Amino acid sequence: MIELDHVSVTYAGGSSPVLRDVSLHVEEGELALVVGRTGVGKSTLLGVINGLVPHFTGGTLAGRVLVAGRDTRTHPPRELADVVGAVGQDPLSGFVTDTVEEELAYAMEQLAVPPDVMRKRVEETLDLLGIAELRDRALHELSGGQQQRVAIGSVLTAHPRVLVLDEPTSALDPTAAEEVLAAVTRLVHDLGVTVVLAEHRLERVVQYADRVVEVRADGTVAAGLPAPMLAVTQVAPPVVELGRFARWDPLPLSVRDARRRAGPLRERLSARPVPPPRRTTPQAAMGTTPGTPTGVVLSARGIVVRYGAVTAVRGVNVDLAGGEVTALMGRNGSGKSSLLWALQGSGRRQGGTVDVNGTDPRSLPAAKGRRLVGLVPQTPADLLYLDTVLQECEQADRESAGASSVGARALLDRLAPGIADDVHPRDLSEGQRLSLVLAVQLTAAPKVLLLDEPTRGLDYRAKRSLVGIIHLLAAEGRAVVVSTHDVEFVAAAADRVAVMAAGDLVADGPTAAVVGASPAFAPQVAKILAPLEYLTMDQVRSAVAGVD
Amino acid sequence: MPRNLHPIAWWLWALGLATAASRTTNPILLMLVLGVLGFVVANRRGEAPWARAFKYYLFLALVVIAIRVVSRSLFGGDTGAGDVHVLFTLPHAPLPSWAAGVQLGGPVTLEGTLSALYAGLQLGCLLCCMGAANTLANPKRALRVLPGALHELGVAVVVTLSVAPQLVESVQRVRRARKLRGGATRGFRALRGIAIPVLEDALERSLRLAAAMDSRGYGRTGSASPRARRATGAFMVVGMCGLCVGAYGLFGGSGLGPLSVPALLGGSALCCLGLAIGSRRVRRSHYRPDPWQAPEWAVVACGAVPAVLFLVSAGFGATGLNPSVYPLTWPSLPIIPVLGVLVAALAGLAAPPPLRPARAVVREGKDDRATPPGGDGSSGAGRPGHRVGASA
Repeated sequence: MIELDHVSVTYAGGSSPVLRDVSLHVEEGELALVVGRTGVGKSTLLGVINGLVPHFTGGTLAGRVLVAGRDTRTHPPRELADVVGAVGQDPLSGFVTDTVEEELAYAMEQLAVPPDVMRKRVEETLDLLGIAELRDRALHELSGGQQQRVAIGSVLTAHPRVLVLDEPTSALDPTAAEEVLAAVTRLVHDLGVTVVLAEHRLERVVQYADRVVEVRADGTVAAGLPAPMLAVTQVAPPVVELGRFARWDPLPLSVRDARRRAGPLRERLSARPVPPPRRTTPQAAMGTTPGTPTGVVLSARGIVVRYGAVTAVRGVNVDLAGGEVTALMGRNGSGKSSLLWALQGSGRRQGGTVDVNGTDPRSLPAAKGRRLVGLVPQTPADLLYLDTVLQECEQADRESAGASSVGARALLDRLAPGIADDVHPRDLSEGQRLSLVLAVQLTAAPKVLLLDEPTRGLDYRAKRSLVGIIHLLAAEGRAVVVSTHDVEFVAAAADRVAVMAAGDLVADGPTAAVVGASPAFAPQVAKILAPLEYLTMDQVRSAVAGVD
Repeated sequence: MPRNLHPIAWWLWALGLATAASRTTNPILLMLVLGVLGFVVANRRGEAPWARAFKYYLFLALVVIAIRVVSRSLFGGDTGAGDVHVLFTLPHAPLPSWAAGVQLGGPVTLEGTLSALYAGLQLGCLLCCMGAANTLANPKRALRVLPGALHELGVAVVVTLSVAPQLVESVQRVRRARKLRGGATRGFRALRGIAIPVLEDALERSLRLAAAMDSRGYGRTGSASPRARRATGAFMVVGMCGLCVGAYGLFGGSGLGPLSVPALLGGSALCCLGLAIGSRRVRRSHYRPDPWQAPEWAVVACGAVPAVLFLVSAGFGATGLNPSVYPLTWPSLPIIPVLGVLVAALAGLAAPPPLRPARAVVREGKDDRATPPGGDGSSGAGRPGHRVGASA
């Protein structure tokens, strides 16, 4: 179905090829999972399949790409629209029309499908993806999961034989992600659609894959069956890490398979006490750095945030302790962002009080307020506007003069070593850009640091280093709050989890208690090793090291 | 049964009224045209974002009138000689001889001001006609009738239509983010910090949208051969010239005389031919095509009546349409043109009511990005409601 023959891609101005001599063959009806670290060219590989690379992006493509027998050299994306359907990361930015039904029909209109066939296909697709009740709704008022399903539907109506999905679940909460993946697997199994899918959070999809395609840092690509491939890939979900660690062969890819193999391991571990989830507990951190405040550093009472008729946060009470990492979880639209902005003081707040060392950050001008509470927004790039990393750092030092003895550049080196001074912030990877913004915000030396969805677009290694950074900040006595959908990240990073639903705080407690017990939120290790209260691979490793 | 009227019907109706408005400077008739536009827009607009734009066109019309009157007063060149009413006299600045014909300051006459006011009102009226068409017809649906040959233009317009509202949201988001850094959110210094992230964002979104349209087949087989493209271009340019000449002769009322009608017709024919050649290789179909039925005919007819009446000026004198300001006279109220304009108002009843999109009763799980948390910008901290909240 898809045939790549010695394909190399070099972008204009690029010194080395993004893809190097790639030969790949994907059979009809397969679900091929593209894995690899951030920025290695996964998106380029997907773009090659429907001709966006190089027809739309520019650059040079050597070799030959055949999709359903058509050469992308002679067929630009629009001529492949009837065989390849491509959906990008942010479905909203790809919508052309205003309502669900029109969007579903758009591709067919371009392909000159007769009107009566169009009506039939739109109805079929609405049912297939379970979005029939949304048909008249405006696209921008749908939830993230619904938008993603509409986006998939809008390419499906053209009856493509190949579906290309670039991180379809990266912005979704666990439940919405399940909806989308269920729809995708149904397409593969019931309709025999060939699906090529890139994803960072492998734990969600690896069990559905028929083939794993790994893009390596040097631009080469290896492909094979999932179990043997994942035994050696650079990125791996926790279930695979556990399987590798316990030397299970063949490697289990789903929680079910792993659980069936894990009996002996559970028995071995049950004899040992469960190690603490974090190596540096808050108490230990306070012990090492005397003088840091103990106890509550931020106390919020009855926070209310409204947008017109919609109440986003309904009277939430929060206490944040120094040295503690709190994860804020909940569905898309449950009020997490609104709460964080209200706590920081620069967002909307219609009721309630925030108390940081006796001061309400909102009563201060923005430049002073950020010295009490720092916030890194969902799109960190919004904060950056200068031409080089060094300029940004110097500007940050000027902005928060006298607040901290350490400059932004030094902070950045601690968070993410090895970023050159003269790089343009836009050219940094997601993780590096996040570190830069963190460094900028840390120059103000806030006692409370709020991070809004920092894990988006980060691969496992970047997430691991983010966990390290967060623990470092907590060890300095700061209270850190991270809003995220990523349960594996929460399990590794947080001491405490707060769950929001429809503006209310519905759960608040230690990570193991809140996350371990929930079917939707439990990390894979917890699911495999239950009833033992393990959350992360690190815990398992240290427990086993203790045994031996 | 509620349905959306064919967008072209609305455009033809609005063009009819605009044609009528271009033939008269009678303020009473022009105000009547504005009234008719307002009535129809209020009666038959939908609930989409663009349907709320009519007031901005009215505002724009006011600006046009103001500019016209003020510039006439400043550079009008009224000498105050003859039988005119001088309202007041601005200080007169003598200009060098090479600027002969331009006069700065001097006496401002009632006659000059009124004629500027009438002309401004006419221009504003034309603007509002276009505004009404934009308000009543979904611009994206109107674009669907664009011939395939013009698909590049279509991409540009669709991208603009989609990205422009997002730009507003993006500005709000970045301004909030600026506050997190303690930076200024107003004034020139803040401009760079806000403009650069916003522009980057807008550029990226536009590219993503264009890529999505391309990979979904937009402009498919639209790559006509270079010869067909050149032919299309040539026909279009010549045709447009013909259209311009014809329209100028017909509506400007100047003495092109017998040449105007053939030029107009020939120009239209050439344009149609060019589009037909360009579109020959583009194949598209329409999902739920807008039908052209009796209400469409009725609406077009309602717009055509005043246009034809004003063009042939049958049954009333030219002074009724263009009241004289030298010497000053009260504008009269010619009965036939008034009736003609009122016929156009019937479109508000002839057109079916627009479809109301189904509203979700509960706004469930919106994405975090779509809900701008604290989109109150920098004014939030100073609002009284906030102080109450803070001290509670």
